[in-house]
Amino acid sequence: MTTSTLRREQPAFVETFQRLRLGPYLFVLGVAIIDFLVIGPAQFVNGLTIGAIYALVAIGYTMVYGIIELINFAHGDVFMVGAFTSMYVLTNVLGQDGPIKDPPVLAAVLFVDFAITMILLGILGTVIERFAYRPLRHAPRLAPLITAIGVSFILQNTIQILFGPSPVNTPQLISPTARVNVFGLDVGVVNIFTIVVSVSLMIALQLFVSRTRIGRAMRSTAMDREAAQLMGVDINRTIAITFFIGSALAGAAGVVQGLYFGNIQFTLGFQAGLKAFTAAVLGGIGNITGAALGGFIIGFVEVTAGAKGVFVWGQAAVFVVLILTLLFRPAGLLGQQIGERA
Amino acid sequence: MSAVGQAPAASSPGIREQVADLSSRHRSLSVIVGMTIVAAILPLIVLVPPFNSFSGQAVWMDGFTIAGIYVLLALGLNIVVGMSGLLDLGYAAFFAIGAYSYAFAASSFTHVNIPFWPMLLAGAAIAAVFGILLGAPTLRLRGDYLAIVTLGFGEIVPITILNSSKYTEGPNGIGGISAPSLLGTEFPTTGNPWPFYLTMLVMICISMILIYRLQDSRLGRAWAAIREDELAAAANGVNTVVTKLLAFALGASTAGLAGVFIAAKLQTVTPNLFRFDVSFTVLAMVVLGGMGNVWGVAVGAFVVFMIQSVFLKQLNLFFDNAHVPFLQDINFLDYQFLLYGIALVAMMLLRPEGLFPSRRRRRELHTDEDQEFGELGDELGASPE
Repeated sequence: MTTSTLRREQPAFVETFQRLRLGPYLFVLGVAIIDFLVIGPAQFVNGLTIGAIYALVAIGYTMVYGIIELINFAHGDVFMVGAFTSMYVLTNVLGQDGPIKDPPVLAAVLFVDFAITMILLGILGTVIERFAYRPLRHAPRLAPLITAIGVSFILQNTIQILFGPSPVNTPQLISPTARVNVFGLDVGVVNIFTIVVSVSLMIALQLFVSRTRIGRAMRSTAMDREAAQLMGVDINRTIAITFFIGSALAGAAGVVQGLYFGNIQFTLGFQAGLKAFTAAVLGGIGNITGAALGGFIIGFVEVTAGAKGVFVWGQAAVFVVLILTLLFRPAGLLGQQIGERA
Repeated sequence: MSAVGQAPAASSPGIREQVADLSSRHRSLSVIVGMTIVAAILPLIVLVPPFNSFSGQAVWMDGFTIAGIYVLLALGLNIVVGMSGLLDLGYAAFFAIGAYSYAFAASSFTHVNIPFWPMLLAGAAIAAVFGILLGAPTLRLRGDYLAIVTLGFGEIVPITILNSSKYTEGPNGIGGISAPSLLGTEFPTTGNPWPFYLTMLVMICISMILIYRLQDSRLGRAWAAIREDELAAAANGVNTVVTKLLAFALGASTAGLAGVFIAAKLQTVTPNLFRFDVSFTVLAMVVLGGMGNVWGVAVGAFVVFMIQSVFLKQLNLFFDNAHVPFLQDINFLDYQFLLYGIALVAMMLLRPEGLFPSRRRRRELHTDEDQEFGELGDELGASPE
């Protein structure tokens, strides 16, 4: 008797639960809470910060994949170029070399740095799309993948030649020692800045994609390119804009990376690209919210591995996450099942 | 060289066609004859004017032996990338697995001494097993996932070797690996380069014959079908997962073979020998040589290796000695990957079938009808696929 009443009551609850699609979010929340308990508040904030950076990069992967079904291998290197552009802008254009005390000046310098880097990187992304990917849109799948690797080589080697192979210091505008008290926790200002900037950029992007005309064009192109074109969407322009936004976000991530870590190297993009891609797959490739969630999970995984004294295995842990996702939930947390399209 | 695939309009078959016809009918024989000619001609390079000044014969032949390893790697990667259209970006991992298998099996580090020849097969088999383990979860999914998973795997294997110093000596690598021996005499590691050189050539020869045989077999046709249209292949009864897995495993086993050889040749293995730049170099070789064409890939690998190991170095020396104001400050070796990158992009845009394409591949990638259709399709927004 009791079991049957229970069964009758359950569907309503399950249905509401499924309609809201809270499962993935609860999963991420669960991971975060467990992680918080395992590694403690200080490391947790660290994980959140690194996760925010990965999330920004992962969004670029997922947007490009969503719209033209290409793994943009060069995206990690675009992020790296963003970090170097920001470094160049800060030191050579704005003449900064360390923390700025005065808040209005700090805000102004940061704004100029973000604006210049994001616009330059957006243009870089569009140029890459125009010359390396657009001519191959109807070629076999392998061709644009190989050009993507070629572009990745070109970006890496150019930066290596320009700035040298060893790590380069970047000015940490926000003093790494500055701390504030949040809910009784002692948190670095730069951590808060990184998280706030990343999350606001993600929210802005989400609004842009869901509310604006161009955002609608992007969604329709991702869904069915030919049909979108028949409805009057300029496909080439839409894809170019997608690349612009994705690369600009990677540029922002590059700025934040420099501010947070204080030194950058030309190999940065390779590692970060792999992790961000894992984040995109974990979240469900093609899904922007998923990429953001995935980024935070990867951040937690990496910081946890570091906190437990197995930092050298952090990379391996991320890779294991990728394989497990592909094995058990290839569609990712928020993605739909994708079949092989011929 | 460029005219290999073009059929001239002349009605009577020329001598070139006769040779091409003969070689396509007797592939194995032509591989053996071709490799014998190569084996005989290459050592003579020390007699040719600009080359004889660079280094002595033994050094040249050692270089050729290492180039042979890259040729072998390119031949193996060609099975995966060129014949089956799967992108493997962590190919060096299997190379490392082969090399470390031999290092564990025959060195003073483990105090085991299994002879070289059975280990060649064992190393290939071990690499193939790893290939299957890695391919099984990923090959069921879309092709692009394989690329990123192999990229990760290629990164993880050296990291694992680096971090488990207890078993692998970490960054120092395993030394004191025994050289191969034949009929009771051990291969000399310095001085006489001939034994390693000839072994390499025989290995390439056998691999090429086997790969040609595979290409013309039922399996080879299934690979080509999957490369061209996976859905259509599956609809026609090709078991795509098993076929792709076989391609992946066979590619990995070739890398394992090359790995065992390099461990025996250098007598020491370190994780740095197998970083991702090896994977990318081999990929560049396959793409430049012409994906899918066995001879083309072999020649491509040899040419790229010679450019990076001889030409760029000599260019440095030349400008240094000539005191050219700007150029002498440039280390051309730094530009290696920039060159690969530009070459990969340019090849894909301008000549996607490679420098020495296979006839079938050229037809796939470059038909007049396709071009017209492509342009039309662009206007209408329809893809010709």
